[in-house]
Amino acid sequence: MEFNWPDAQNRSVIGKRLSRVDGPEKVSGRAKYTYDQNPKGLLYGIMVRCPYPHAKISAIDTSAAEKMPGVKAVKVIQKVGSEIHWAGDEVVGIAAVSEGVAEDAARVVKIDYEQLPFMVDDVTEPHGQIAADTGPYDEDAIWDMLDNQVPANQMIERIKSGGLTFKPTEANLKEFGANGASPAVVDALGKAEVKQGAAPQVKSPYKRAALQTQGDPDAAFKEAEAVSEGYYGASVITHCCLETHGGMAAWNPTTNLVEAQISTQNTSGMAGQMAEPLGVPASNIHHQMQYIGGGFGSKFSPDRWSIVAAQLSKMAGGAPVKMFLDRRAELEVAGARPSAFAKIKIGVKKDGTVTAWDSSSWGTGGPGGGGAYPIPYVFDIPNQRKQHTAVATNTGPARAWRAPSHPQAAALSMCAMEDAAAKIGMDPYDFFLKNIELTGPRAKSYAEELKIADELMGWKKNWHQRGDKTSGPVKRGLGLSIHTWGGRGHASNCDVTIQPDGSVEIKIGTQDLGTGTRTAILMVASDTLGVPMQNIRLLIGDSKYPVSGGSGGSTTIGGVSSSSRRATVTALNMLFAKVAPALNAKPEELSAKDGKIFVTAAPDRAMTWKQACAKLGGMPITAQGKNPDREHPPDLTNSGVAGVQMADVSVDTETGIVRVNKMVAVQDCGLIISMKTAESQVLGALIMGISYALYEEKHMDPVSGRMLNPNMQFYRLAGLADIPELVVRMMTGPGYDERGVIGLGEPPVVSPGAAISNAVANAIGVRVPEIPLTPDRVIAALQKGVA
Amino acid sequence: MKKHDEERPPLSAENESGGVSRRDFLKISSVAVTVPMVVGPSVVKVAGAEVPVYGPGPVPVSLNVNGKMLKAQLEPRVTLLDALRDQFDLTGAKRVCDRAECGSCTVLMDGKPVYACSVLAVDAQNHKIETVESMTAPAGKLHPIQQAFVDNDAQQCGFCTPGFVVASKALLDKHPNPTPEQIHKELAGNFCRCGTYAGIRAAVSGRKEA
Repeated sequence: MEFNWPDAQNRSVIGKRLSRVDGPEKVSGRAKYTYDQNPKGLLYGIMVRCPYPHAKISAIDTSAAEKMPGVKAVKVIQKVGSEIHWAGDEVVGIAAVSEGVAEDAARVVKIDYEQLPFMVDDVTEPHGQIAADTGPYDEDAIWDMLDNQVPANQMIERIKSGGLTFKPTEANLKEFGANGASPAVVDALGKAEVKQGAAPQVKSPYKRAALQTQGDPDAAFKEAEAVSEGYYGASVITHCCLETHGGMAAWNPTTNLVEAQISTQNTSGMAGQMAEPLGVPASNIHHQMQYIGGGFGSKFSPDRWSIVAAQLSKMAGGAPVKMFLDRRAELEVAGARPSAFAKIKIGVKKDGTVTAWDSSSWGTGGPGGGGAYPIPYVFDIPNQRKQHTAVATNTGPARAWRAPSHPQAAALSMCAMEDAAAKIGMDPYDFFLKNIELTGPRAKSYAEELKIADELMGWKKNWHQRGDKTSGPVKRGLGLSIHTWGGRGHASNCDVTIQPDGSVEIKIGTQDLGTGTRTAILMVASDTLGVPMQNIRLLIGDSKYPVSGGSGGSTTIGGVSSSSRRATVTALNMLFAKVAPALNAKPEELSAKDGKIFVTAAPDRAMTWKQACAKLGGMPITAQGKNPDREHPPDLTNSGVAGVQMADVSVDTETGIVRVNKMVAVQDCGLIISMKTAESQVLGALIMGISYALYEEKHMDPVSGRMLNPNMQFYRLAGLADIPELVVRMMTGPGYDERGVIGLGEPPVVSPGAAISNAVANAIGVRVPEIPLTPDRVIAALQKGVA
Repeated sequence: MKKHDEERPPLSAENESGGVSRRDFLKISSVAVTVPMVVGPSVVKVAGAEVPVYGPGPVPVSLNVNGKMLKAQLEPRVTLLDALRDQFDLTGAKRVCDRAECGSCTVLMDGKPVYACSVLAVDAQNHKIETVESMTAPAGKLHPIQQAFVDNDAQQCGFCTPGFVVASKALLDKHPNPTPEQIHKELAGNFCRCGTYAGIRAAVSGRKEA
């Protein structure tokens, strides 16, 4: 049997619409998350957090907490003199016999701070506030560039032209090299002109990246038959995982073994990240976790809280310590999606051909600034000029949020594109199609998907020019957006064992975030072996199992489907070799299906799965599979998808309230293993998209520097009543299936913000520049009244 | 309230926990008149009505949960949710917002859905509490609502799911054939982050046809 995916007519389970295998555990409340762990002798961990957005610790007194009955360990995490860069950062950790005692103890810890100037404003345009970036640069400035991931060629240019205020030592250079500086950057630093005694460039929260150009934007704008100009933005939002970040750890001081259970997207990667801060070999750390209550990109690290939980456990003699964030900390410090704002100019011909792009963008990802966005998104406009400014703010640091950078890039670009279409009075559907070749290799898929989306939405039938001309205060409109993602499978290893009694066991060090990973692995194995899913025991979520990548960037399905396919095919071929003589056939002449092993050309020459396995004698078969496996082609996974979404909205122009009436998503992702959970991914993405398009925003108080809405009353998620009819169409069959398996978690969450914003503009005739499209923003845009 | 405040550890502006936490608020609001220095409930008159007063310190608490009497020594400030989860290991009800905003801790009290995070364990005595754990038969057979959730893929990460299942039971007990408006109203107190609303809506509206 070959590794390649079976053809459509030979798939028994792959692609079917089956219920997820862990559904019963979840609906019954039996699924045990880390937050639910309640072992004997459990201690409750709590953090004392800094209330100021920027401060220096001047004194810490934990004596009252240490004396409190029931307090088992107190650990100072950030010592006197430490600088705090965002409100809510951890200063002291405490473990106590009950949560109440832990809270009481946290309350009597006395910490004095020297408050420092801070900035939490990210929306003000940096224009005019940026000192020219001429250098010379001190050591901090170099670290800032590395933290902000300034591209190497830009760093080298700046270092060469601006010089340094210090002579880097060999140790300096080594440290830069170990922390992200490329060899060429290290070389430039070593050779840079040193302006001893020169004052370093004044520190600014605004870091301007180098200007990027392509083609000849000046000439293109001069020749353009129409130019559309606008301002667009997407605010900072949070991950708001329902199971807050946290973990439980027990560090036995005698054996020096650590048992950890962390709410994580990264089962196989935990021990390695904990080893250095704990000072124990990674091989002494055992991590396992069966269920996670949401991650969305924010749960790849053990984080300070789980490290401190382990340290407190050791201090307390090895008792398990459970440390979970409360809702306020979850929203303040445990993950944010960076903001993005931009002034954009687009040049077009009257026939709709886009020729030129000019953007000045900015945004914050917290104290580290924030990287540039892939704009213009999807459409590679021939002539471009782009300038991005990272804004460093005293806010909780950014973390990867489902499809990092893409939803913001779509909100900026697809809205600007829609405005350009409106400028020349063209239907954006036709406008996007006119320029579809600029999307590159997936152009054909986009065109196909646009056509299907039109049919499902009734776009061509119902679209009208900007501004619903019907009477009455409620206006209706249509909007669309397109998106892309990579999604190639990550590195994954899988072990499979077939026992002489016919039972099958599969082990992979992966995790199921609720995406249906367990279900998909079992579907692949069942399809390959011809054994029912319920007869296969699947073990995941443990660092003892074969290493598999973290679940990020839509890489899991490609990784685990490939490794489990390869492992089960290899095991089956071993079984075929054992039973072939009994069937008077060669191993390669056999097939496995419906619980039987038979001669492919003569299906009546068969034996049951159990009879076949009995031929193994006393010893089981064990086989391994891995992804990628370049020695054994073909590649079972692929990269690059297209997706189209359309939104139908109603806007009450008196109240500013936006309601989505219907959304359509047309999405490809190569070969689909588990159709039902794949559709759920897209449905969930549309719902999450409606939530961030209309409601979600992390509001920072300019006076206190703290988040104003760190709770679920004012950090508003979409509720059931906000969700309209959702139509999902997965692209399958020829042209898609043979590409192999591609990830799906990210792409469908990219477009909703742009599609809904475009529908609102189409309804009310003016652009509401920023998402979320809250009533105040809608009313302000209507009052401004500029089309 | 004043006397109670004096007993609380001093607040400092520098302290993260400086404000009145929800736990404290419950502690304060549940003993609004005076704090007797005896263990166990006593009774005081408040505006003419007799009100039991518990604590400070752990007091014996008996809860009627899923048809069983469960007993524990609990501080009066302990919520029903924390008692269920930490004392009795009934962890189906989840702690998500801990302040009556999200519905993940929904349980039935005398047949009505309540947020277990916002009911004190001492106040839940003498009421019939049903958690999600009570809905599945001992042999593991799912309640029809739970089966409908599985069939319609109405869960992803699953953390909000038990709360939605319990709220859906309350909805369908009240409206066996719910209209879309009834579904929206009765499930408006629960939030999901992964975006499972489409499946949930199908699960609760499909059941009437079953």
